Amino acid sequence: MSNSSTSDLLKPFKLKTKQQELLIRVSILCLVYILAFITRLFSVLRYESMIHEFDPYFNYRTTLYLTQHGFYDFWNWFDYESWYPLGRIVGGTLYPGLMVTAALIYRLLHFLRFAVHIREVCVLTAPFFASNTTLVAYFFGKEIWDSGAGLVAAILIAVCPGYISRSVAGSYDNEGVAIFALLFTFYLFVKAVNTGSLAWGLASAFGYFYMVSAWGGYVFIINLIPLYVLVLLITGRYSMRLYVAYNCMYILGMLLAMQIRFVGFQHVQSGEHMAAMGVFFLMQVFYFLDWVKHMLSDTKLFQEFLRITVTCAIAAGGIALGVGMASGYISPWTGRFYSLLDPTYAKDHIPIIASVSEHQPTAWSSFMFDFHILLFLFPAGLYFCFKRLSDATIFIVMYGLTSMYFAGVMVRLILVATPAVCLISAIAVSATVKNLTVLLRSKNKVAQIGSTKGTSSAKASSKASLDQSQPFQKNGAMALLFGAFYLLSRYATHCTWVTSEAYSSPSIVLAARGAHGNRVIFDDYREAYFWLWQNTPPDAKVMSWWDYGYQITAMGNRTVIVDNNTWNNTHIATVGRAMSSYEDEAYEIIRSLDVDYVLVVFGGVTGYSSDDINKFLWMVRIGGGVFPVIKEPDYLVNGEYRIDKGAAPKMLNCLMYKLSYYRFGEMMTEYGKPPGYDRARGVEIGNKNIKLEHLEEAFTTSNWIVRIYKVKPPNNRW
Amino acid sequence: MGKFWVIFVASISILLPFLCNSFSPETPTNRRVLVLLDDFAVKSSHSSYFNSLKLRGFDLDFKLADDPKIALQRYGQYLYDALILFCPSVERFGGSVDVAAIINFVDSGHDLIIAADVNASDLIREVATECGVDFDEDPSAMVIDHTGYAVSETEGDHTLIASHDFIKSDVIIGSKKIEAPVLFQGIGHSLNPVNSLVLKVLSASPSAYSANPLSKLSTPPSLTGSAISLVSVVQARNNARILITGSLSMFSNRFFRSGVQKSGSSTKYEKSGNEQFLTELSKWIFHERGHLKAVNVKHHKVGETDEPALYRVNDELEYSVEIYEWSGTSWEPYVTDDVQVQFYMMSPYVLKTLSNDKKGLYSASFKVPDVYGVFQFKVEYQKLGYTSLSLSKQVSYFVSHDSGYDFSFETSLTSYLEETCNRNRSSQKSV
Repeated sequence: MSNSSTSDLLKPFKLKTKQQELLIRVSILCLVYILAFITRLFSVLRYESMIHEFDPYFNYRTTLYLTQHGFYDFWNWFDYESWYPLGRIVGGTLYPGLMVTAALIYRLLHFLRFAVHIREVCVLTAPFFASNTTLVAYFFGKEIWDSGAGLVAAILIAVCPGYISRSVAGSYDNEGVAIFALLFTFYLFVKAVNTGSLAWGLASAFGYFYMVSAWGGYVFIINLIPLYVLVLLITGRYSMRLYVAYNCMYILGMLLAMQIRFVGFQHVQSGEHMAAMGVFFLMQVFYFLDWVKHMLSDTKLFQEFLRITVTCAIAAGGIALGVGMASGYISPWTGRFYSLLDPTYAKDHIPIIASVSEHQPTAWSSFMFDFHILLFLFPAGLYFCFKRLSDATIFIVMYGLTSMYFAGVMVRLILVATPAVCLISAIAVSATVKNLTVLLRSKNKVAQIGSTKGTSSAKASSKASLDQSQPFQKNGAMALLFGAFYLLSRYATHCTWVTSEAYSSPSIVLAARGAHGNRVIFDDYREAYFWLWQNTPPDAKVMSWWDYGYQITAMGNRTVIVDNNTWNNTHIATVGRAMSSYEDEAYEIIRSLDVDYVLVVFGGVTGYSSDDINKFLWMVRIGGGVFPVIKEPDYLVNGEYRIDKGAAPKMLNCLMYKLSYYRFGEMMTEYGKPPGYDRARGVEIGNKNIKLEHLEEAFTTSNWIVRIYKVKPPNNRW
Repeated sequence: MGKFWVIFVASISILLPFLCNSFSPETPTNRRVLVLLDDFAVKSSHSSYFNSLKLRGFDLDFKLADDPKIALQRYGQYLYDALILFCPSVERFGGSVDVAAIINFVDSGHDLIIAADVNASDLIREVATECGVDFDEDPSAMVIDHTGYAVSETEGDHTLIASHDFIKSDVIIGSKKIEAPVLFQGIGHSLNPVNSLVLKVLSASPSAYSANPLSKLSTPPSLTGSAISLVSVVQARNNARILITGSLSMFSNRFFRSGVQKSGSSTKYEKSGNEQFLTELSKWIFHERGHLKAVNVKHHKVGETDEPALYRVNDELEYSVEIYEWSGTSWEPYVTDDVQVQFYMMSPYVLKTLSNDKKGLYSASFKVPDVYGVFQFKVEYQKLGYTSLSLSKQVSYFVSHDSGYDFSFETSLTSYLEETCNRNRSSQKSV
């Protein structure tokens, strides 16, 4: 603000209002950019620079391959180390966007003579893209509301736990870059709709291409945008701008997306992509009708024409769809797609989906955990959006509502909803704060209003002048303003706490509090994988539950039978069957799969509860789903899952039990408890005298978390 | 330095067979044989058998079974290539030899001949049990056959049996037909049904039974009929060969020379079949017959010679392997028409009989199936009497890019939800 009381000393540094505002805005954006990056570095500081969890190890391994062998080899890569003996065509079954991005960053850094290791690049890719997302959020907010809302959106999304959960350093997963690509595509599309510019439409098509290359969640875009266009058409907001933006984006985006091998011709073949095509044709009909209307001056004639055209168009569309479906050219919706509409579908029909922790319906607490005050600001933001409807606000409302629904269906989809929630909440915050400050100022400096208000504040200021008669208005506004800032500061505190406590643990290294409050690190996973790498023959095949497949191939560099890409249910069921059979039956299965080592994860010594014994019922269920000889009730006692003396006899003698508790009966785990006391489940085990016939213990890590067994060759003389 | 090590290790591994100078795949005939006896009288009473071995070039080392100096290995090296246990009554071996040592000897690829007798000691029974046969539990039981006995001057108790129920395998007992029955006098044994490797070479007739000939038969005999095996062989998975019999006397000079006439038969043979039978059997046991080796496993595309790293759809490929049989002195081409190759991934996708050129080279060509995965070329050749050949060679096999986007698993794997279902992290806890 140009203030006459500024001292003469500062005169040379004095800037015009616009420049000041720009300076503030740019510096805020820079700070947010840095903040978004550093808030994701907890795990690097606390542990070390490493890849987290399960899927990122696969991504890391493929990126490593890409940088070592080049793009063509990567594209043609047949990976015989996973899914033995089926193998996996990696190039054709993944979204290469993430790996290519990381490899490009790596190349660029090396070109600039920064000799970094590819691992560091992978670890920091997600935070880097989170920073970029904040910039996109700023521009998006600016596009749909004003630059104030943009700034708030950038700040909110920089620290929002819903996004941080998938973008901390080390979480090298598709979502890390995909959320950036998603928001960027949306931004470019809205920009294209607002301007009607072919250039922006083109840009959004390329944004869409990047999204398709990075994540399967692109289906959300290709369904949301047609839905949005449809809504605009219905509400009578059809315009030439929309026509240009959508056609350009759809046609080019589709052609580009077909270049990704994993996606292929789905855009014209799969039922999930048909909505976009339908809307595309609808647009043409609209355009055609517009043109006819323009040419025909007679209204009645046009009405008649309209009726015939619409009937014909609907009939033609229906016939085309019916023929496509019947001939199998258009694949129908898959069962899994239905489970988005009916959250209980998977639970009843597909145990392998139900077994995955991320696929559970979202609990209310996790909404609160991930969104905090945004959960309350979201409806308020919707209110502001509805108050000032435009093409852009309609888009953000649609995005917010649909993604909120999906977030409710499945825990991991909170991630998709986060940008929308942040943007809409930012509108609420920005509009409220702006209104309040305007109110505060209007009393003292009525003359200043004109200079500060943007296009939006006209209504607010008129409202403020209307309400001038109310008593304590200034104090009330002050109190509200403080309240808002208090809430926002609580939000910041909450986000930092959540990031530090919940989302920064790599889960491959476990941390616990010792008896004296000190931090105890269990590095058993890496110990075990290192052992595999160093002590087993290079072509050894390792059987484990699928959770650990990616890690074994990435860190142990050994062939696995199943891994986290759970594409073949039968193969997983075979492993589940082996784990839940008696040892001699399991031995047959193990031999038929050429397995050399069996790896189990066991938490009985440390009290680590996500071990294989606790996951065991899923092995039984998935195994039993394909091989009916495995029956869940055989492992339960009166419907209860037990491992102590009262456990079912089959449970006490199945392979998984034997491998987990082999020699555990001799061990004292806790003072004052009998030997063989399982700390993860808090009971004394039921079978302490375990003898192994066909397998022998090869390695057990220092805290017993990972146990590796060698499969013996068949007896020489029998 | 690294290169030096490689050379060093390579030269060691080349020299190793010569340094060891023992049983090796290259010259599979055993040369040094340890013979453990109850007393040295056996050496002369069974001299015909021993002489036949010596004539074939074996170096026999006779020791008393309780000699404290006997040892099978020294400094981790086996001193002998084969072991003959002609000591049915030994209670404890001398030196460091015990049941485990003998079993380890076999498990490291050496051959074994066990001859038990009536009143065989627990030690010998234990060794036999480990090899998959069980001698009659009654220590004084003998195999008695009132219809298939050998006619002698005195009526006797019909424990001297003349049997000719041989295994039908030219490889094991030689191609020349054994005309005269084989004389047997001793304890019978049965095969453990769990063991799939043990074979009955000479079995008793259906009228035989196993009982104590001196006492009256009060309970039904536990072993009867052709379930009784007189001579059995085992070929272990590592191709070590074992001969087990319940009669030491069938190796003796007396049985070798004596004439035989089977009861109920008018033909009288001047000479029993023992010599021919046991000599031929010993040739099999000591790998002079039925020992195969497979070398030069090759596979390549038709028209090429190099092994490709992976095959693609519609590739025609050629697989070849050379198989030779050891004749006792040299490797001769093995000629047969029943060797098959499998193109295998969990189950055989291609099963093809190999054709041979009579010089030991077996080959086949076929088109790779339209399934991608990690395949193995498998030759599982298990023919009665021959060493089992189990070759497997792993190749990756990959769908061709030219053939389009034809991934054989669900192509609609990409919808948003499926994506989330397939690129997930880990199982949740089930309890």
